Amino acid sequence: MTLDLLPAGQSARIVAVDWNVLVDEEARRLRALGIDNGARVKVSHRGVFGGADPIALAVGRMTVAVRRAHAAAMEVEIL
Amino acid sequence: MSRPRKIALVGNPNAGKSALFNALTGARQKIANYPGVTVERKSGRMVLPSGEPVEMTDLPGSYSLDPTSPDEEVTSKVIRGEFVGEAAPDALIVVLDASNLEQHLVFAQEIIALGKPTAIALNMVDLAERDGLVLDPIALEQALGVKVVPTVAVRRRGLTELGEAIAAAELRHPGPGLTQLSMTERRVAAHAMADAAILSESKRHRLHARLDRTLLHPWLGPLILFALLFVVFQAVFAWATPFADALEGGVGLLTDAVNDLVPAGLFRDLLTDGVLAGVGAVVVFLPQIVILFFFILVMEASGYMARAAFLMDRMMAGVGLSGRSFIPLLSSFACAIPGIMATRSITDPRDRLTTILIAPLMTCSARLPVYAVIIAAFIPQRTVGPGIGLQGLVLFCLYVAGIIGAMVVALILRRSVTKGAASGFIMELPKYQLPAPKDLLIGLWQRAWIFLRRAGTIIFMVTVILWLLLNFPRAAEGQNQVDASIAGKIANGLAVVVEPIGFDRDMALALIPAMAAREVAVSALATTYAVAAPVDNEDAQAMALGDQLKARWTLPMALAFLAWFVFAPQCMSTIAVTRRETNGWKWPAFMLAYLFGLAYVFAGATYWIAVAAGL
Repeated sequence: MTLDLLPAGQSARIVAVDWNVLVDEEARRLRALGIDNGARVKVSHRGVFGGADPIALAVGRMTVAVRRAHAAAMEVEIL
Repeated sequence: MSRPRKIALVGNPNAGKSALFNALTGARQKIANYPGVTVERKSGRMVLPSGEPVEMTDLPGSYSLDPTSPDEEVTSKVIRGEFVGEAAPDALIVVLDASNLEQHLVFAQEIIALGKPTAIALNMVDLAERDGLVLDPIALEQALGVKVVPTVAVRRRGLTELGEAIAAAELRHPGPGLTQLSMTERRVAAHAMADAAILSESKRHRLHARLDRTLLHPWLGPLILFALLFVVFQAVFAWATPFADALEGGVGLLTDAVNDLVPAGLFRDLLTDGVLAGVGAVVVFLPQIVILFFFILVMEASGYMARAAFLMDRMMAGVGLSGRSFIPLLSSFACAIPGIMATRSITDPRDRLTTILIAPLMTCSARLPVYAVIIAAFIPQRTVGPGIGLQGLVLFCLYVAGIIGAMVVALILRRSVTKGAASGFIMELPKYQLPAPKDLLIGLWQRAWIFLRRAGTIIFMVTVILWLLLNFPRAAEGQNQVDASIAGKIANGLAVVVEPIGFDRDMALALIPAMAAREVAVSALATTYAVAAPVDNEDAQAMALGDQLKARWTLPMALAFLAWFVFAPQCMSTIAVTRRETNGWKWPAFMLAYLFGLAYVFAGATYWIAVAAGL
């Protein structure tokens, strides 16, 4: 399953990232924030006014906001 | 004597770098720009424990030396000594957030590997303790091979030790540092180092997770944000009044003193009608500007600003922007110049350009004097609901008009001149923190000083020039001085253009000097009416600007004037910054044209609708 479909509060590990669908700068920024292959993530908040964008991810001790399009490029396995 | 040695602070965003910088250098900081770019360069002096003075610079927060935005590029180039016109730092202090070591150690390793003299500030150890983390700095020191000093910037903990560590780092033979690793290898190493340095960790319920549940709630979150913004704009009006009244009283006392001390004549008129009426009319708005900046600084320092960006992302995405544009746009409510400068953190160039082009539509603090004077004169002071004043409501509507205008313009731009793929939104949401009063005070002082310096230079000069143009040539017997003056003749020409939108000659006259800065419109009106008042009529001369306006303008004229200032690009500094940021005259010219067009159309529409409504 991809990260954008992960239920809120569920921990998961990123197992594959399709970097090709991401803009180069955004891909580098995601990696710099530790959102990369092997990272443990959790969706802590999703969307405003009932929408599905943006997503607040818990990565390590940080919270990082990303768009659903970024999360859709990441395959996760539930832990 | 040789120049003082240079030490630079580097680290991830949200490492508490600025607070540490404030603690190390005190309030005597120099804020300038790096040559050729609008990235802010903050520097200050610090005295090492040995008594040696050094120059400390605060580099923009970065996640890596491989830059993904214009401000990260500055950091990377300065550290490597590749920035033209900026000497490479002699030593570096890497600032780490003690409660986020796994992340911050990645960049720290990259810096240490450069082999420069380096010391580590293990910052915000108090917050880490609050989160239940007990750390071992010695273990970290052994793993990194450089001195690690635990610090709490706001309590001045560890500052002396940090100074000693810098001096010691420079004496040490510059070793090879850490070997160059790939980002992935550094991340693995960072995890191992953090694990070794964390002695114990209690699973305490984190405060920020609880706060986020409310503040990032999909429905409650945006409501809280809008309520907060509404309170801010009400406060700007209500809280500032006593201070503004006091300042106004002070200007009145000065005018009386000048009238007593200086013999009657042109020089006294220059001082009272020109300098005091003009500059004084602007300086009284200092309290409102300070209050607005206070709220913006608190939102930034507390970590709430990033949440606001998160909440706004969806709406911004609707017009082709991202939540990242919200922060520059909110700063533009204080002033478009720092707002435009803050766009440097936006990765996507088209996104950035769009944000720059709409930033002047956010109601900046320079418009406040104009709005405040007109609203106070024409909108009755009564309540329209519990705690909601009509004057504050009108002010709020003017802000909303600017915001809606900006959104519509962004939507159109993203489908025409800045067309391209929709941009993303990637942003760290920092931990919540209680803002430190000292850091707030330093920030407020810097903003207030910039405003006062403008009042003392640009506004002063423009006011004096306007006074001269208004007073020469001298009017013949029985002729009105303004009609006879050069300024009056110029305004007569412009009045033909603005007559269709309801502006009279005096309003046209105020628009010319207001090109330098919007708030000059107020001082220009004050000067014009001071000059226009018959000399033998003491009452007319003593009339406050608000009473003058009430006597001379109709309500539709006042409303049209307000509408004009929602859109008009009357600020040379903004145009100059836009030119520098976009590397040419094309975009500032575009900005001028579209904003004047909007101002003309909306001021005209406001005037004629108000007239038709019988106001």
